Amino acid sequence: MEIDTLAVALARLAPNLTPGGTLTGEPRRLSGGASQETWAFEVAGPGGVTRPLILRRRPDGLPTDTSRTATLSTEAALIRAAGVAGAPVPNVPHVCTEEDGLGEAYVMDRVDGEALGKRIVRDAVFAGARPGLARQCGEVLAAIHAVPLEGLPPLSMSDAAAELDKYEAIYRTSNAHRPVFELAFKRLRRGSGPAPVRTLVHGDFRNGNLMIHPEAGLAAVLDWELSHIGDPAEDLGWLCVNSWRFGEYSKPVGGFGAYADLLAGYEMAGGAPIALERVLYWQTLGSLKWGVMCLIMYAAFASGADASVERAMIGRRVSETEIDLMNLLRRAP
Amino acid sequence: MITHPTSGELLDAVSRFLEQQVAPQMKDRDAFLIRVAINALATVKREGEKGVAIEADARTRMAALLGHDGTADALEVELCDLIRSGQIPDDDPALIAHLRASAVARIGIDQPGYSGLKAALEITSTAGDSEWAT
Repeated sequence: MEIDTLAVALARLAPNLTPGGTLTGEPRRLSGGASQETWAFEVAGPGGVTRPLILRRRPDGLPTDTSRTATLSTEAALIRAAGVAGAPVPNVPHVCTEEDGLGEAYVMDRVDGEALGKRIVRDAVFAGARPGLARQCGEVLAAIHAVPLEGLPPLSMSDAAAELDKYEAIYRTSNAHRPVFELAFKRLRRGSGPAPVRTLVHGDFRNGNLMIHPEAGLAAVLDWELSHIGDPAEDLGWLCVNSWRFGEYSKPVGGFGAYADLLAGYEMAGGAPIALERVLYWQTLGSLKWGVMCLIMYAAFASGADASVERAMIGRRVSETEIDLMNLLRRAP
Repeated sequence: MITHPTSGELLDAVSRFLEQQVAPQMKDRDAFLIRVAINALATVKREGEKGVAIEADARTRMAALLGHDGTADALEVELCDLIRSGQIPDDDPALIAHLRASAVARIGIDQPGYSGLKAALEITSTAGDSEWAT
């Protein structure tokens, strides 16, 4: 969406966000996901107090029905439900309707903190928060997994077998021949029995989608577009995939913590105990998924749909998942 | 081999130019993309230095595993089929050793600073178990 059109629509929306409020300054497009647009903007109230906000919207020309991700109104409903369950999430003051002229979108309050994974694992300013983060992640995941499913908007259901089916189908159509992926699919099939319980699963709970505050630690869980119903261990395993440890490979939980702290936080907050083996299973599946995603992203380059050097180079990240997979699969199953 | 300059020297010259003259002038997304471009050239350089030897090694290992020779590509396709069909057991030590060696070699070209490589070498040298023991 053009920034001028967007600014007009946000100016019209401003009084609904803050009574008597007006849009102040220019909305700014934040970098990030290609599947959603994220804009930062501010509304000034009559008392001179400025409210920092975020608009998240589906880009124009990206039809809802061909996307495998949840709709933005679903995403907003999940954020609100997770907040009620005690998970730290941004406040969502407004879900856009057609009259707003912003397309499929919602508005949230901006949360103070940092979401860039590399800074979170390395910067001195987060040194105080880091030791507690793995446990906090466990506690917050327990809250998310406790969200009552009744009353949630319809969500897709996906367990390990379904994830393997989906990603193996994508891998087969890519026409790539990667023996490490073949081995991983084969091994993971053996452990793909149905989940003992089915819960709300965030689906992309990893360092990079977590807003971290230097003092408070985990301040907000972002990016709910891959949420589904499934095996709660999926969220714990995904958080431990080496690709989101930003070089801190000896701290398996997000590059900042230990498995034991994650699992202890989860259980202390009432989560049904999850065995480390199950976390490692989903971590392995996570590396495999990320590897297949890198192949798909490269395919967009190969087809000419996205000729950027970034798309080309992401294909070379497949080998990152292969070394991680071999580190995990070197043992007998 | 063509020399004066070699392809490696040409890549170095272009990288230096991008890094010293172009990168400082780039902003926002272009600043990020120029880093990606410089990384791409470094990958091409490493592949030029080691690619042929790595492929020859992989071919030798695969020929031993499969019991016959062939092009590296053909052997890799066959290996995939045999893993998928279960004709090679998925815990076969020679298979695991080959895949591990290939993964180490490839990440050495694509991303030699990647932590998974450090972890793999640590596992080899200490028979340690950071992944499972933590």
